Amino acid sequence: MRRDSYSIETLAAWTLALLWLLPLAYSLWSAFHPSEYATRFDLTAPLTFNNFVKAWNQAPFARYYLNTLMLVSLVLAGQLVIATLAAYAFARFKFVGRDVLFALVLVQLMIMPDVLIVENYRVISALNLLDTIPAIALPYMASAFGIFLLRQTFKGVPTELVEAARVEGASSFGVLWRVFVPLGKTTYIAFGLVSVSYHWNNFLWPLIVTNSVESRPLTVGLAVFGAPETGVDWSVITAATVMTMAPLLLAFLLFQRQFVQSFMRAGIR
Amino acid sequence: MVAAVMSDAAPSAAKRRTWTTSINAWLLLLPAIVLLATFTHYPILATLYHSFFSLGRSGPAEFIGLDNYRYMLDDDVFWQVLRNNFIFAIATVPTSIALALLMAVWVDKKIVGRSFLRLAFFTPTVLPMIAVANIWLFFYTPDYGLLDQFLRFLGFAGHNWLGDPATVMSCLAVMVVWKEAGFFMIFYLAALQTIPPELKEAASVEGASRWYFFRRVTLPLLMPTTLFISINALINSFKLVDQLVIMTKGGPNNASSLLLYYIYEVAFNFWDTTYAATLTVTLITILAAVALTKFVYLDRRIHYQ
Repeated sequence: MRRDSYSIETLAAWTLALLWLLPLAYSLWSAFHPSEYATRFDLTAPLTFNNFVKAWNQAPFARYYLNTLMLVSLVLAGQLVIATLAAYAFARFKFVGRDVLFALVLVQLMIMPDVLIVENYRVISALNLLDTIPAIALPYMASAFGIFLLRQTFKGVPTELVEAARVEGASSFGVLWRVFVPLGKTTYIAFGLVSVSYHWNNFLWPLIVTNSVESRPLTVGLAVFGAPETGVDWSVITAATVMTMAPLLLAFLLFQRQFVQSFMRAGIR
Repeated sequence: MVAAVMSDAAPSAAKRRTWTTSINAWLLLLPAIVLLATFTHYPILATLYHSFFSLGRSGPAEFIGLDNYRYMLDDDVFWQVLRNNFIFAIATVPTSIALALLMAVWVDKKIVGRSFLRLAFFTPTVLPMIAVANIWLFFYTPDYGLLDQFLRFLGFAGHNWLGDPATVMSCLAVMVVWKEAGFFMIFYLAALQTIPPELKEAASVEGASRWYFFRRVTLPLLMPTTLFISINALINSFKLVDQLVIMTKGGPNNASSLLLYYIYEVAFNFWDTTYAATLTVTLITILAAVALTKFVYLDRRIHYQ
């Protein structure tokens, strides 16, 4: 009786898992087969890279990749430096206005830049930055979420370690760099993975502020490429879709454990 | 910078030290403050401010008091997208939570192919919404798409899934549940792993059935996690609009439009930025209410533990 219910559950779990992989499996099928096989599932269908070649030649995907890479690195570097400094101040300094300031930081957790598109567009345009990569990055550079996570981590650093470093003559920056930053490694990895995934995938804001090949990230490039008006062949669009998600997907498959743990750590706070 | 944290022995210098500490702290915070002020605090205030002004397409913008808000309350599309947004939340939040819990319970057990199952459930989370929308768009394409081909195989007629106001929301909801359930699964998984195994042993000694144990022990212990996930899922349902740009453009006849997408349309297709600001005030109010509930309710619960 018990064994029966167990195997039924296993069967159900596997069915759901296969169902869950179906959309992805289908996109791979369609991307690697000639378009006449897009909806014909024949195991003898010939494999081809042709769809990728066509997509690559029909739109400047190399440039889009470069833009996304620049965007993701710019955001991450900025976020790490800014959040580290701010978290250090919040965790280790007693100063006038600390609690008020921290509450003001937390406002961003409630009202994210994603919903302030109208006014942020005005700000970016007033700064004369429209259609540039920094325009996409700037609203996200000071991450309340990053500050929050790092502050928690820094608060847990034992005072003895800080004092030991002081005795050895380390400055505030020295203490930060040699004690806090190394001890925050797991938090940095967790935050970094979440941030890279988020900005690799982000779409609406980049769509609004970019208008040219030179600044468009992959997601926006894909949307422009795949728009029904362009009349591009379905298999070629899937190939482009696969290209857009491939780097993150591969990274995830390789570092599965780190990804899951990072998302978990970042989400639980 | 250096002097601030270095222990200065002289007590008379204590006051000056407090000052330098403050200044140093503010310096450390300066980049964060400037950016947050420019891209979070100022935009929130400016949104509110602009919502009281006319657009000024011909001539300067004028203060018009609550006219934009009156217009909003008379705007059928506004009410429709708000209703859509709540329907979307009700359709996606409980379903993805229930599925996430089911997945977590399965993956937490010694089940055949556990890591493969976890991988399968979590993968949609790391994909860009825009890529996901492209793939699912083809599922729903009339006649030629996979869903219709499958239905035709079973002997049913084709259907314009995304073009029919009666089906478009459900189609989008299914896709979003698919994308999000695996993300919520990992929070349940983390919570399940903190439940002491002795509880389970004790229960099985007492002869409690698995379902009974799940209902009376596991589920209550997971309550804080469920609340946490619900709130995040609710906030997401107001933030997620990428798919609309690709799949429906809010159509047919705004049947699938959501509040943030409507804001995007009003601001960047119709260029009515003051009305878009008014709509944004509504969205901010909703998000703030949700977040405050979280702070007041959820954080207090966690405190008691």
